[in-house]
This record gives sequence, C-alpha cells and structure tokens, in this order.
Amino acid sequence: MDQKEQDTNLDTFPKLLASHVKLRPAQDAIREKDLGIWQSWTWAEAAAEIRALACGLASLGLKRGEKLAIIGDNRPRLYWGMTAAQALGAVPVPLYQDSVADEMAYVLDNADVKIALVEDQEQVDKMLEVHDRCPKVEHVIFDDTRGLRHYEQEFLHDFEAVQQAGVEYDRAHPDFYEREVAAGNGADVSIMLYTSGTTGNPKGVVLTNDNVIITARNGIIREGLTSKEEVLAYLPMAWVGDNLFSYAQSYVAGFCVSCPEDATTVASDLREIGPTYYFAPPRVYENMLTQVMIRMEDAAEIKRKLFHYFMEHARKVGVKILNRESVSLKDSLLYQLGNVLVYGPLKDVLGLRRTRLAYTAGEAIGPELFDFYRSLGINIKQLYGQTECMVFICVQPDGEVYADTVGTPAIDVEIKIDDSGEIMYRSPGVFHSYYKNPESTASTKTEDGWVHTGDAGFFDEHNGHLKIIDRAKDVGKLNDGTLFAPKYIENKLKFFAFVKEAVVFGDGRDYSTAFINIDLDAVGNWAERRNLAYSGYIDLAALKEVYQLIKDCVDKVNKDLSEDSRLANSQIRRFLILHKELDADDGELTRTRKVRRSFVGERYDILVEALYSDQTECHIDTQVTFEDGRTGSLAADVQIWDAEVFAENSASQEAAA
Amino acid sequence: MNQQSPAETILAVENISLSFGVMKVLDSISFDIKRGEIRSIIGPNGAGKSSMLNVINGFYHPQEGSITFKGETRKQMAPQVAASQGISRTFQNIALFKGMSTLDNIMTGRNLKMKTNLFWQALHIGPARAEELENREAAEKIIDFLGIQAIRKKPVGKLPYGLQKRVELGRALAAEPELLLLDEPMAGMNSEEKEDMCRFVLDVNSEFGTTIALIEHDMGVVMDLSDRVLVLDYGKQLADGVPEAVRNNQDVIDAYLGVPHEEA
Repeated sequence: MDQKEQDTNLDTFPKLLASHVKLRPAQDAIREKDLGIWQSWTWAEAAAEIRALACGLASLGLKRGEKLAIIGDNRPRLYWGMTAAQALGAVPVPLYQDSVADEMAYVLDNADVKIALVEDQEQVDKMLEVHDRCPKVEHVIFDDTRGLRHYEQEFLHDFEAVQQAGVEYDRAHPDFYEREVAAGNGADVSIMLYTSGTTGNPKGVVLTNDNVIITARNGIIREGLTSKEEVLAYLPMAWVGDNLFSYAQSYVAGFCVSCPEDATTVASDLREIGPTYYFAPPRVYENMLTQVMIRMEDAAEIKRKLFHYFMEHARKVGVKILNRESVSLKDSLLYQLGNVLVYGPLKDVLGLRRTRLAYTAGEAIGPELFDFYRSLGINIKQLYGQTECMVFICVQPDGEVYADTVGTPAIDVEIKIDDSGEIMYRSPGVFHSYYKNPESTASTKTEDGWVHTGDAGFFDEHNGHLKIIDRAKDVGKLNDGTLFAPKYIENKLKFFAFVKEAVVFGDGRDYSTAFINIDLDAVGNWAERRNLAYSGYIDLAALKEVYQLIKDCVDKVNKDLSEDSRLANSQIRRFLILHKELDADDGELTRTRKVRRSFVGERYDILVEALYSDQTECHIDTQVTFEDGRTGSLAADVQIWDAEVFAENSASQEAAA
Repeated sequence: MNQQSPAETILAVENISLSFGVMKVLDSISFDIKRGEIRSIIGPNGAGKSSMLNVINGFYHPQEGSITFKGETRKQMAPQVAASQGISRTFQNIALFKGMSTLDNIMTGRNLKMKTNLFWQALHIGPARAEELENREAAEKIIDFLGIQAIRKKPVGKLPYGLQKRVELGRALAAEPELLLLDEPMAGMNSEEKEDMCRFVLDVNSEFGTTIALIEHDMGVVMDLSDRVLVLDYGKQLADGVPEAVRNNQDVIDAYLGVPHEEA
C-alpha cells in the first residue's frame, strides 16, 4: 500500500530501516524462538541493535567497501550484521554454515573478508582452523558464547562486547552513523553471494542495492504483499532466496521475519508462526505430503474414510475454486464442509493455514504433488531464476499455474531465447559482476546487459509461459535441426508411475528413441491384478501386455510433444524396455540416482544401434554386479516397439507463425 | 582442561570396603576428587565401578571406610543427603519416566529446588507460579544447552536411545549439581553420538564448573576427557593418576589384556 511513496530515495537497507522506525516503530520486525518462547524485536528496537553493532564494527576498523562474512543459522543478530555492514557501506558475505573449513577458507580469502560474524563455537572452531590460511581476516565476532569461555585468542570478540564498544563509539562520534548511512546509495554493492559452480571454484556474485531492492519491490507489487505478512526464515542465509524472501522483502514491505529455534524444530515453528508467505523447494512439499499420507494410514478408520472422501472431492473442484472458476453450488458447499472437517485442520498441522502465497522452484515438481496443495486451497506457484538475477525472472500469475511451466516474466524483466535455445534475460536484478573475475562476467553477461542462464527453454504458445527443458549444454539437435531436450522428455516419461527411469537418445540422429525401466512395484502390482504371471524383472519387462502399457505412456508423451511446434519432431519413434534395472553399482546411475546418459549409451550400444535399424528384437549379454560385489552375466532378447507419432498440432503452428 | 593447581578436594573416600554376603565388591578403596576436574573410573566388567558410584550417592552402604563430601565426613551417604548436598547422577540403564515428556523429565530434576508445597503447586497461583516459571526457565536453558528443542514435548519412551541418554543428562543437570556422577554415558552409542556426548561433558565441566566423575568403557573417550583416572579390578584399586601414567601402568595393561589372576 505504501510501496509507491517510499520509493526512490530509500535506496539502501539502512535507509529503509530508518523509514520503518518512523512509520511503524512498535511493529515487530524480527522474532526468534529462544528458551521455548518467541522473543520479538520491534523495528525501533532492531534499529538500535543495528546501530550499536554498526558502530562496533566501525570501532574494529570496518570501512566502506570492506567485507563482513556472516556464517550461521538464521538468527536475528546475523541479519542485523548484514544491515550494520551495509550502514557503513561495507559488504556482507554470507557463507553456507555447513561448509567445511577448507571450503570456507577459499571464500574468505577470495572475498577479502576483514571481519567474520559467526554464530557459535562450531563456526569459531572452523575459523580458528583456517586462521593461518586467511591472513586478511582480522576479527571474528561470535553470537553464542557457549563453550567459548576459555578461548583466549585476541581476535575473538563477543557480540555483546562489540555492541558495547559501538555504543561508546557512537557517543564519541555523535553523527557518525547518520553520515555513513546518508553516504550510501543504490549503486553501492549490497551483498556478495557465492554460487557453487558445477565446475571449478565458487564465484562471488556481486549485487547492488538497486538489484536487490528493486527486484524485491517488484515481487511485492506483483503479489500484493503488505507489511502484515508473516515469514519463517529457515533456508540458508548464503542462498539468494533467503536474502530476498527473509531480508530484502521484509525491509521493503515492513513485514516480520521469524527465526526458528533450531534447525530441527522448523516443522513445529512453522505451525506456531503460520506464515502467510512461504518458499520451499519441492523436496519439502514432498516430505510433507508423505508424512500426511503415512499418518493417515495409521489413523482410525472413520478419519481415514473422511480424509479420502474429501480429498477426492478437493481433487475434483479444489483447483477450480482456487482459480476462481465457477463450480456447482453442491460442489461448493461440499468443499466448504470439507474445509471445516479436513482441509482446515490438515493445513493447520502443516503450518500452512494462513498461507496466501507459497513458492517453489529448483527442480521439476510432479503434477499430482502440485494439485494436492492447490486443491487444499494453498496458492502454490513456481518461479524461475538464479543468483545472478536476484532470485527470479519468471513467476506464475494467480490463476495460471501449471506443473510444467515457470510462469511469465516478472515486472521489468525482458526474456529472449537465443538461436541455440538458451534462455537469456535482462532485468533490474541483473548482477553487477563476478567478484574479481572479469572473464566469467564477460562470458555470462553481454555488454548490453543480457545474461546467459545456461538453461534451454521456450515460451509455451498457448499460455505465454516459459518452459524450462534442460541445461543448455545437454540439449542437442536431431539431424533435421529439431531441438532435442532429453531430460525434458525423460521427466515427462517419469511422471508415469509405471516408468521408473527413462533414457532418451537422439542428439545427432534422425529421430528420438528411448530406453525404459519399468517400476517393478507398480507394474508388478498391475500385472497381478490382471493375472499375468511373471518370475522377475526380466520376465515382466518382456511381457507383451507390459510393452503395450508402456507404449500407452510413450504415446501420451508423444501427444504432448506434438502440441509444441519446437519439439514435435522429437517425438519418440521407437522404444524398448531394458532387461535390467539401471543401477548405481553398475555405474549406470550416479549415487544420487541420476541417469548417466552417455555411459548407458556406450554400455548398451548394440541396443541403441538396434533402435536406429529396423530390427524388432535384439540379443544382448550384459555384465552385472550383484550387491555382494560378485559379477555375473545376463542374457536377454529385447523387443523393440514402434510408438505412435502424432502430426504436429496445427493450432500451435498458427500461434508460432 | 582444568588447571591442576592446588584445587580444593570436593570428595574423598577412605578405605571403602563393600561386601554382599561373601562377595567382596570393593576392597579398601581410597581416592579423592578435586573440585572442577573430570575424574574417570575404569575397569573390566564387574570391577566395582558402578558400586563405587552407588556408595558415593548413598545407594549402597559400605561396611568399612568413610566418605568426606565438602568437608563433612560420614560413615555412609544417604541418597537424599547426597542429592540435597549437590550430587546428581545418570544411570547405566536409563532411568527416566518413559511416559513423560522430555521437558517434564527435566523438570523432575528441579524437584529439590521447589520450595512451595503441593497445595500451592496444585492451584498454580502466587509463589508457586513464580517458582514454576523460574524452574521452567532453568529447564529450558538445559534443553537449549543440550540441543534437544525438537523433542521438548515428546514422550521419552519413544525417543532413540542416544537421545534418552541426553535427556537423562539433562535431568541430572537440572539439579544444578556440584558433583555429577555419569555411569557409562556413552554405552551403546554410535561414534557420532559419542562425539556429541563428549562435547556435552566437556561443556558442562567448563561452562558450569561442574565436577564430574565418569565411568566409561571407551578408552579413547576416557583418555581424552579425563584429568585423572582411577582403575579398579575385582574390587581392588589397581592404579590412580593422570591418563598418561595409567595408560603405561603394567598392572592396568595386564588387567585389560586378561592376564590370569592368581588365586586369592
């Protein structure tokens, strides 16, 4: 509501802080559960703490442009450390609290950190371990004194002692703090966040106050967030998302952020706070759903029946109601009854009863998971972005939420797809540079401000949403030039419960083909219900009926692909069901169960070649490793089937033209 | 860890002998514990370690000898005296109230600190209320110290073994003891749980200045944590001294490697 007025002259966090002290001094700014009780600090109290800390940091010699490392769980004092550093024009550099000492040493050194603000003894011990290797770190300040009584190093300081020194410094230099805050502006560096590059050392992403504050404000305007939101800060402070959701947006909108008591109590703290605005990676939503399902299986019969009855109803009409589409009066009344009996209490247990807006991002989320939360009336949406753009460039608008898109461009964001299919963007959130790394900066960011995401994607012709298909380096081309996005197709196949793994080939070939691993439990169960006899995986995988079952799945995926002019040609022409399950022991999967596509392609090259010939069957001998380490061989005749290929959807062609 | 300088002796036992019928469990044992130290008692199974702790906190009454605690010499301790004078302990087999929550179990450790009578406590008004708040705060500090916030309201019977051990330590700490007796606090734990427990023992010692008497089988743990080590074998005192001296003592090596005992 007051976003517009407090605009351009509030271009740094300390200035925003001062404005909240004027506007809402008695409203809670931050909260922490300590000794079992939620302790709150109002904006005025937080400002006093920050002022004392900033002056204390100044008395330790922290100057404009120098770096303050921040290491620990989400704690009010660590968040204050960010603002205190920013008040002096210094730059906070949050580090992942679970990194080992060696990883920390690299970042501390690379970022030229002068002072480190750390949470507790665990972090202090790591700082001591790397002390010799990081000569630039002059002081270490710790929040929790436990276990540190007998540490005598002179460069260690208790947080309270630093604040005390700050109060005295403030008294001796009365207008120092105001002067420093006034000297800051939007073009100053706000924060440096290290991204874990997949290759080489992490890179420090330099973001300015304008990057952070304008992106935060645009998000607030688009979603209509107010100073009344409740947020739980539980994701690592070193992750850009936490900096946006738990810090920047709180300072821009003026809402209160709560810090959990401990990393292990997040679930119960979530219930107690009942956030109105919530972010979690898909894994968290999956765990919640699994917990609910397990507990319902153990519940009394009447409760279980009630639950399943109303969940069935929610699946039917819940999403429509959330999207404000019309439903019949009977369905609407039944949904309201369900809300009283099931949905409300369930959301209460999950801590999501008051949640108006929930975000997820990071990896593909299954449609059924998505629908579960949305049918309960929780407005869960996907967004897309990275550290380099200050979290997000795309968000799904209300009422337009699909499991396979990441939404439309956010306010002030321009997105284009370059010739190779890579997504590029330009926005106010585009990072300043990689710290001390002009080569990487130049290869990621063009001179006119466009940033390479490294992801391949396209805009869906029907709804204008961006779809991410794969990492750009994994995307190939068929011989006719069609985009070939193996992971995108594999994910579509894996959304079927019968398909456990899929490996799709096609780069540099005439058409796409697929290896399928069936899910032994799901397909086995399906076969038993049809009185189909089988002795084990190989036997089951070779059944004609099972092939027909999998063909139906592949056909549906092809139908899906045909609706998109860019991908229509990459429909799967031929497929086979592998005679053995892909296994990490055989090197076919990584330990985190990701398919190693090229390895699988080499290992089964006879099968791959057969897929690209007109054979309908292929004999193969395979070496396998058993769980006890012995090896043996497995021989099988694998059938190869053709899948149905659909004509490219004409509607989409028109839209593309 | 702590300065070996002339610290005050908090507890001394002189010539303690304890028998059950013809079984001589402890045979003329003498040792002392200095304020602020971590004192370990080690020995093979059946050496008399737990019996020694039971004598110290008054659960067993020795036939001979004397116990001096904080300058006062007694023939034997009584459990209530030991508790009220500042000795608390944990047990080899966990002795918690399984149906009660972690918090309630720790609160029972505060029992001796409560002055108001049952009547006021039941009504939960006036002084009883203030006292409850004060004790709850003390209990919460222990929960924070041991990092068991997540199981605050869980019944302890449902917790894994390692956590139950931690709760039991919490209850012992709730009494704010001057001398803490730990009977195999790391038994049955995996190495990560052991590491945590070692950290807690050291922290209790350094943060609260609590004197600790520890029975433990894991030699690595004992040698790392202890200021001094007493070795018992079949009720006899085999050695007593700093870890290094005990480690190199031939009698101790023999006892642990199982050299046959001569006939008594």
